[in-house]
Amino acid sequence: MKKIYPDAASALDGLLHDGMQIAAGGFGLCGIPELLIDAIVESGVKDLTIASNNCGVDGFGLGKLLDTHQISKMMSSYVGENDEFMRQYLSGELEIEFNPQGTLAERMRAGGAGIPGFYTKTGVGTVIAEGKEHKDFDGETYIMEEGIFADLSIVKAWKADETGNAVFRKTARNFNPPAAMCGKVCVMEVEEIVPKGSLDPDLIHLPGIYVHRLIQGEHEKRIEQRTVRQKEGA
Amino acid sequence: MAWDRNQMAARAAQELEDGMYVNLGIGIPTLVANYVGDKDITLQSENGMLGMGPFPFEGEEDPDLINAGKQTITELSRTSYFDSATSFGMIRGGKIAAAILGAMEVAENGDLANWMIPGKLVKGMGGAMDLVAGVGRVIVVMDHTNKHGASKVLKECTLPLTGKGVVDLIITNLGVLEVVEDGLKIVELADGVSEEELRGATEAAIV
Repeated sequence: MKKIYPDAASALDGLLHDGMQIAAGGFGLCGIPELLIDAIVESGVKDLTIASNNCGVDGFGLGKLLDTHQISKMMSSYVGENDEFMRQYLSGELEIEFNPQGTLAERMRAGGAGIPGFYTKTGVGTVIAEGKEHKDFDGETYIMEEGIFADLSIVKAWKADETGNAVFRKTARNFNPPAAMCGKVCVMEVEEIVPKGSLDPDLIHLPGIYVHRLIQGEHEKRIEQRTVRQKEGA
Repeated sequence: MAWDRNQMAARAAQELEDGMYVNLGIGIPTLVANYVGDKDITLQSENGMLGMGPFPFEGEEDPDLINAGKQTITELSRTSYFDSATSFGMIRGGKIAAAILGAMEVAENGDLANWMIPGKLVKGMGGAMDLVAGVGRVIVVMDHTNKHGASKVLKECTLPLTGKGVVDLIITNLGVLEVVEDGLKIVELADGVSEEELRGATEAAIV
């Protein structure tokens, strides 16, 4: 049960094929699997459907896969700040399925938990509800949303032990745990792989059962909106 | 005379009560945090954080610590972090007392439109649909009219909806309106604004 691979390319070996569905962790550019995205760019695999809250920015994160025209469909809640995305979308090269953010997260969590569908109030009475099953519970209307069962999950954590038990750092956790859960295979990149026993078992955010392959590497961790305040009296 | 952005934010802050967990949207709603005074308010950021602190000092930005607007922020002694499914679980589950957000249009029945304009670039709804469907109270803060002078407080929304019958209170530069049974009720007029003025700028039925 050796999960550690030397690099992103070897960790993805045998897992990629054209037309596959990938669930990716991250929110904006925070907590995205940078190294695995780069390796997918290198692989040349195409016609991808990617479930991810956002699609990176021009030239970084999942935006790199747009530059190489490897994505055919995105399942996301927000895709602003990305000119190439809009260009491909408006020219019909790229399909987008908008999901309310919480619905997207729950669809991933549900898929990972073996739940093919669930009911939610989110989006009732909006375009999101069109064509979906409606059902009343206790006098209130809900719509059915389907779990996501991806071929592959690509996620990023802060640290993991050799068995894949993972901890995340601050808001870089975001979509990573639900994305990790919903893939048939999950490849995780971390900033540091630590020995078994060095993480407190009570403080594991994602148990290693969800992580099949693991790599360690350097991350650029680009900031999308750098905002600061002035020191008093400065 | 009417309220400016900061006065609208200050008025919205009056709606918050001690002990509340609150989600603030982008734009004027973000300013509400500056006016909560002594009230013990915990801010939620839907990307996975309760207890959001102010922007960091220069040089102390952390790429792993951002808000839902992707801006760098800081944590507080009370802060907790969680994943997106848990975050929207507390939103959908009604644990967040209130959301304060901006809008393009609000209707007299509480319908809200704030995510897309047909024919223009669509960026997505983000967490707005989940928030308005789930939180205890939805407070809209926006200008009463658009840049062409047309009312944004309508009988019916013309833009695609974010939520149906979800708005509880509307705070604009002209005053405060509550969504009630058959329309909107005037709660308060902004400084120097007459009831006539408010009614004149409102397409929705005022009861």
